[in-house]
Amino acid sequence: MVQFVLRSCLLKEGKNMVELKTVKSELVAKERDIVSPGDLLARGLDFLPGSGAYRAGQEIKSKYLGLVKTKDRLVIVVPLSGVYIPKSGDGVIAFIEDMQPTFWITNINSPYDAILQVGEAVSEYVEQGADISVYYDIGEVIYAKVLDVTRGKQVRLTMNDYKAKKLVGGRLLTITPSKVPRVIGKEGSMIEVIRSKTGTMLTVGQNGLVWLKGGYEGLATKAVLMIEKEAHTEGLTDRVTEFLENELAAAGLKPPAAEVKMIKKVRGEENE
Amino acid sequence: MSKIGAPEKLIVNGKRLDGRELKDFRPIVLESGNLKRALGSGLFNFGSTHAIAAVYGPRNLHPKWMQDPSRAVLRCTYTMAPFSTTERSRPGHSRRSTEISKVVKEALSQVIFFEEFPKAVIDIFIEIVQANASTRCAGLNAAAIALADAGIPMRDLVSCCSVGKIDGKIALDMAGLEDNFGDVDIAVATVGGTDKVVLLQLDGILSKEEFFEAIDLAVDGCAKINDMQKKVLVEKYRGEEK
Amino acid sequence: MINKNESYVRKLIEDGTREDGRGLTDFREISVKTGVIETAEGSAEVKIGNTMVLVGVKMEVKEPYPDSPNEGGFVVDAEFVPLASPDFENGPPGEEAVELARVVDRGIRESHAVDMEKLCIKEKEAAWTVHIDIHVLDHDGNLIDAASIGAMAALLDTKMPKWDADNKKIIRELKGKLPVSDKPVEITVIKIGNKLLVDPTAEEESALDARLTVATLENGELCAMQKGGDGYFTVPEIQQAVELAIDKGKELRKLL
Repeated sequence: MVQFVLRSCLLKEGKNMVELKTVKSELVAKERDIVSPGDLLARGLDFLPGSGAYRAGQEIKSKYLGLVKTKDRLVIVVPLSGVYIPKSGDGVIAFIEDMQPTFWITNINSPYDAILQVGEAVSEYVEQGADISVYYDIGEVIYAKVLDVTRGKQVRLTMNDYKAKKLVGGRLLTITPSKVPRVIGKEGSMIEVIRSKTGTMLTVGQNGLVWLKGGYEGLATKAVLMIEKEAHTEGLTDRVTEFLENELAAAGLKPPAAEVKMIKKVRGEENE
Repeated sequence: MSKIGAPEKLIVNGKRLDGRELKDFRPIVLESGNLKRALGSGLFNFGSTHAIAAVYGPRNLHPKWMQDPSRAVLRCTYTMAPFSTTERSRPGHSRRSTEISKVVKEALSQVIFFEEFPKAVIDIFIEIVQANASTRCAGLNAAAIALADAGIPMRDLVSCCSVGKIDGKIALDMAGLEDNFGDVDIAVATVGGTDKVVLLQLDGILSKEEFFEAIDLAVDGCAKINDMQKKVLVEKYRGEEK
Repeated sequence: MINKNESYVRKLIEDGTREDGRGLTDFREISVKTGVIETAEGSAEVKIGNTMVLVGVKMEVKEPYPDSPNEGGFVVDAEFVPLASPDFENGPPGEEAVELARVVDRGIRESHAVDMEKLCIKEKEAAWTVHIDIHVLDHDGNLIDAASIGAMAALLDTKMPKWDADNKKIIRELKGKLPVSDKPVEITVIKIGNKLLVDPTAEEESALDARLTVATLENGELCAMQKGGDGYFTVPEIQQAVELAIDKGKELRKLL
């Protein structure tokens, strides 16, 4: 149906603008529709292309294979795949890959490397020429905030954030960056589900890296991968809860609730 | 001109040698995400012509002098597996594959939003695993699916098919003997099922009028393929929803 | 090469004018000289404005391919020698040079202008292979058209050497012409904005959206086509380009 509308609409292209101005504004795609690049989302000037959409004359079309979202007059497409492109303010998990006298070069699972300058990483005074590997060494993993991104995609990180930390031990998972919001859930609800059932602490980077530590790590991993695979579906929180409960029952395990509380107390931290 | 092995006729009783009508495609098979390691992948078969494509990137581009500070660079590699032809073809690149890689890259350049990824590179690899004419078309169709599967932002999908002249008649989707002994072979790719032609290659003698008839048929065929490509991409996710 | 004039060129073209005052469908001055290289069996030097291309034909004897035991061969190679442009570098042919050679090759091959069977000396044993080498000496745009007409002029200029079958040697006693039956000519139509034009300079080429090369025969039929560039042509634009190529092809063919 969508295809048919698209075709008949394209035939109009090239006719004069006067005629096109009479196009009635309407939303063609529905909320949560799965669309492919080029699919028609809306017609007319009353709608605006949000991220993942573009305007072609009177029409708004999708840039991605993705899920349609609408927000007032804005039409958005959330891609179902793709690499991470850094944005300022994002929390990311980064690997320290190289070092210069005054900064670290990190891999943030993106086409672009990110730089962490000493001033953004260490609060104490660092003597010129000092060995900065005592703070962060090559091979170490950190959770940091993207400080800024230039137009030419030069990325700077900062540890000047209450959530920023070095990640020691645990395990790392790579997922599709556009699916990160589902792993976190509304106000961290999904992370909380996983933590309460498995006792695993989750740190989720916007760049598609998930760090898991403690509790039933294997089970938590399965849950994260399940969320990634079914990120485009509804009722996911309930299904993940059910999945974890079933798995626990099948393995004869109990949710390590007491343990979680203890970890929280010791660390004094609230995740997400 | 008669060539060795040429059949007497390519159209018998109004049907082509493989039983098709003039305006029929061979059976088309397509898939998305068929490879696990690639960021995006696609498969496209026209009958016994089988193409697989993989997309990596946008990713870091080295050496640095190859980078474009304002947009991503597209690299496209079309190769034929040595066993893809009846007589073993030499592995690696030939002048033919260099030319096809170039025209396929140019066709796909029309739709990608390159400016979203300055300095980076998008790599497309097209592998023909079995060849029976129209390999560049199958390869380009697979590549378009792979790009969408990889989450590359695009204006639309590029779709491609071949048309030709056999026994003096214009026909869709050249295959087998038609490719070797037909009069004309034309490859056409369009954007999003419209008449915007982004790839056009023609070999063989025909009149202006015949060519205009052929290009219309090809544009029509591309639109059909565009619908199929979009369907296979979307249905992979819709199916899981149930 | 630094090109600051892309937007300027685009604007000129969109207004229907060109830097050198030509109309959109006018060629620059063209000259075709044949027999310019004594060591080649056939040769031509083509100048279109500042663009200069040299084409040489050399004949070799080879064993025919098993699938065409009674036919000769035909090979086109192109080299963008570094002296022709600041953009050309040493090394194996790049994709531009490969495309140029293949487009010129297909224009001539698909026209069947050279009768391959007449190039056979003895079935399954010996046949002539025609080597056409295109050297771009000065690159100021429209290389495909210059190379194509140069290749055709060189073929028409080619005289057959003698084959000494006993000693398996070529004797350079040139007599008799290479059998050429048609005169295919390639015309490349460029699209800039929504305008179509022919014979672009290098500067105009740097602003092009897409190009379409059309090879036509003496009787006006088409025998090869190649679209290039990142842009697109609509079907009506293609039709217009084909008509233009047929007309211009007739004009250029007079030079052969």
